Amino acid sequence: MHDMSTHAVSHGAPTSFISKHVFSLDHKVIGKQYYALALVAAVVGMFLSWLMRIHLGWGSYAIPGLHLLSKSGAPGDVMTPEYYLQLMTMHGTIMVFFVLTTAPFAAFGNFFLPIQTGAEDMPFPHFNMMSFWVTFVAFLVMVAGFFVADGPSLGGWTQYAPLSAVGAVGGPGQGWGVVLWAASIGIFCIGQLLGSLNFITTTLDMRCKGMSLMRLPLTAWAWFITSIMGLTAFAVLMPACILLILDHVAGTSFFVPSNLVIGDHLLPHSGGSTLLWQHLFWFFGHPEVYIAIVPGLGIVSHVLITNMRRPMLSHRVLIYSMGALAVLSYMVYGHHMFVSGMNPVSAIAFSFPTLVITIPSTIVVLIWLGSLYGSKLRINSASLFSLGFVSMFISGGVSGFFLAQPSLDIMLHATYFVVGHFHLVMGVAAMFGIFAGTYFWFPKMTGRMMNETWGKVHFIMSFIGAYCIFMPFHYLGMAGNVRRYQAFTDDYLIPLIPVHKFITVAAILTGFAQLIFIVNLIYSRFKGPLAPNDNPWQGTSLEWSTATPPPHNNFGDKMPVVYHDPYQYSVEGASADFIMQTSPEKLTNPHEEK
Amino acid sequence: MATTVHDSPKIDVGRLPSQGSGNGGWRNRVPADGDLRRVKGSSPPPSSTGIWVGLAAITMTFAAFTSALIVRQGSAADWQHFTLPSILYLNTLVIIASSVTLEIARRRIATFMSGNKIEGAAPARWLYVTLFLGLLFVAGQTFAWLQLRSQGLVLATNISYSFFYVLTVAHALHLLGGLGGLVRVIGKLNRSALRRSTLNATAIYWHFMGGLWLYLLLLLRMKL
Repeated sequence: MHDMSTHAVSHGAPTSFISKHVFSLDHKVIGKQYYALALVAAVVGMFLSWLMRIHLGWGSYAIPGLHLLSKSGAPGDVMTPEYYLQLMTMHGTIMVFFVLTTAPFAAFGNFFLPIQTGAEDMPFPHFNMMSFWVTFVAFLVMVAGFFVADGPSLGGWTQYAPLSAVGAVGGPGQGWGVVLWAASIGIFCIGQLLGSLNFITTTLDMRCKGMSLMRLPLTAWAWFITSIMGLTAFAVLMPACILLILDHVAGTSFFVPSNLVIGDHLLPHSGGSTLLWQHLFWFFGHPEVYIAIVPGLGIVSHVLITNMRRPMLSHRVLIYSMGALAVLSYMVYGHHMFVSGMNPVSAIAFSFPTLVITIPSTIVVLIWLGSLYGSKLRINSASLFSLGFVSMFISGGVSGFFLAQPSLDIMLHATYFVVGHFHLVMGVAAMFGIFAGTYFWFPKMTGRMMNETWGKVHFIMSFIGAYCIFMPFHYLGMAGNVRRYQAFTDDYLIPLIPVHKFITVAAILTGFAQLIFIVNLIYSRFKGPLAPNDNPWQGTSLEWSTATPPPHNNFGDKMPVVYHDPYQYSVEGASADFIMQTSPEKLTNPHEEK
Repeated sequence: MATTVHDSPKIDVGRLPSQGSGNGGWRNRVPADGDLRRVKGSSPPPSSTGIWVGLAAITMTFAAFTSALIVRQGSAADWQHFTLPSILYLNTLVIIASSVTLEIARRRIATFMSGNKIEGAAPARWLYVTLFLGLLFVAGQTFAWLQLRSQGLVLATNISYSFFYVLTVAHALHLLGGLGGLVRVIGKLNRSALRRSTLNATAIYWHFMGGLWLYLLLLLRMKL
């Protein structure tokens, strides 16, 4: 019998469809809204990558119906070079901001952080609702780029100046396309700042009785650390976007240098600093990598522990390592600018922390591997994707060692080697974290189970497919294949085209595997078997103590009281294989935080 | 002169520490043997933490603007120095005065909330004075912008003017948020539904806006 205290609800249960499902104050509904947004964004981003890959493999191939997306960008359904760059920009932007940031942090964090801390809701539910709808508007503004006259921006997701700041003379999409891009990201920043405010305050102030910070599950810690990064990083990107917009619409010269001539046209700007944009962008940009991946570290650890039936070798060291990643992420951003004309002393200054940041990453990996060693891991879709995450994180991380050294990075920076590196370590790994979280928490979020067989098929195809796509990228990079090229006509690049064709086939097949996931997700939501009980995986944290799906105030009539550290599995002398955090059972030999 | 005596209002004390969320606190925990008597009292209200978190984000935003100014100034020789409109100094006195009046209001209301009767003006009066001073500050800033504009000195005239407009407008927009907070506090006070934590959070935000303006004035004075 669990010892509970009484509670009070901060806002009443919604009564209308609008207040329940649209403008909801309930963190769980907001979490689902974020997830749905991320799902739509992922489909859009994946579709764009298919178009790009087909063009890279078969440049003159007419993709039926492509002209419907853009008449000027695809005359006769054949992609123009500029349109390839526009699709690349939108693919990168949508995936980084609206999928990798939105799903693991905002979606899962919104749904589960208050529950795992034992709170009824976020402390500022109106801000929370605004954070989603602001993000939704940001997505619409971003996608609106496809519908303006010359299409979306072609400057890449990093939007380097001066190209991003010169206006329409810079090429298709460099006028209104960039303005929409910058406005969208600026709005997105506001949404994430509101979300981070809630996440931090929830963690610090809303914990239930007995829930000390060290008793928080690793997922809650990951979201907490990520929210601190989000608060500080997005607060810097937003002013950068404002300055970029002003260069476009107000004729200022923040980023456009003097005497810049484009197409015989002397630009009416003076003295702007192109490197200023890079500093502001990458001060956000590198923490953003960890904003995408740290929630995955937490989710994967949480899932693996539940399926190993034992805690990680060290709870505290994992938390400290995630914290160290967050701190160091601000000190390494200059490594993105090794080829931007950096002072060699500065390059060394940024190279050193870049190498140091591999230490906490390595510690996390060693804790995972050491904990997995000898465990009797339950094999299911969630644990498989968690293992896949570990694999991708290692594979992508190893190439980071090379890129951390300026002398090597100068050779590799503009090649597919970097594309392979960040897709594995940031893109695919984060996606695997999202999949692991989805298969794991789906019963709690919906009350139904996903199909495990199709989940495993999804994993196998995704795992093999991801390596077939992104490992050859490293080979291409070492062979000198420059990235961002839309066609490979140089003598030394022509022999590499078959590799690109192979990657394209792999990308299409891997993409179809994601359709299996989407069908499984939607079918299971409505027709899947009901969850057998409130705790189908025999977990110990608070989300498994409450009803499935959780009630409006998360815990019904009684609020939880926490008695134990989060992962009491296989405790010697205990009455069961797992002791929930809310169980008052006295343990003679509990797993202590260490 | 007649003296008015005000009764203390009915104040919404919010949830008690023993009720529901928020009683976990920063360090509270139940020992493994489940002795609830060792649980400490309530945690701070979320608004008192939230306001500092929000201010951290605003600090980062203005730090980004500052670093942009410094980098941009050092990157090219096109920087034009100019004399700041003199009304900015008057505005500075106004915003300092608004912090003083808000602090008077906060202390009087705190006394009021404690159940003690107070003599003199209604507790909301100093809030109205603060609100007026805040609006006066925004009006003064607007006057400064119009003054520069009348001289043909606009956003794109030179990068130094660009930074002047960006920094002062960004500050004014944040200050408008503070004015909204003051209006909300006055409304809640009039409805006897004001929480002390709300008042304190609003006061902290307002004082921060004052401090931020002093910093910006110093920065603009030194760099422009």
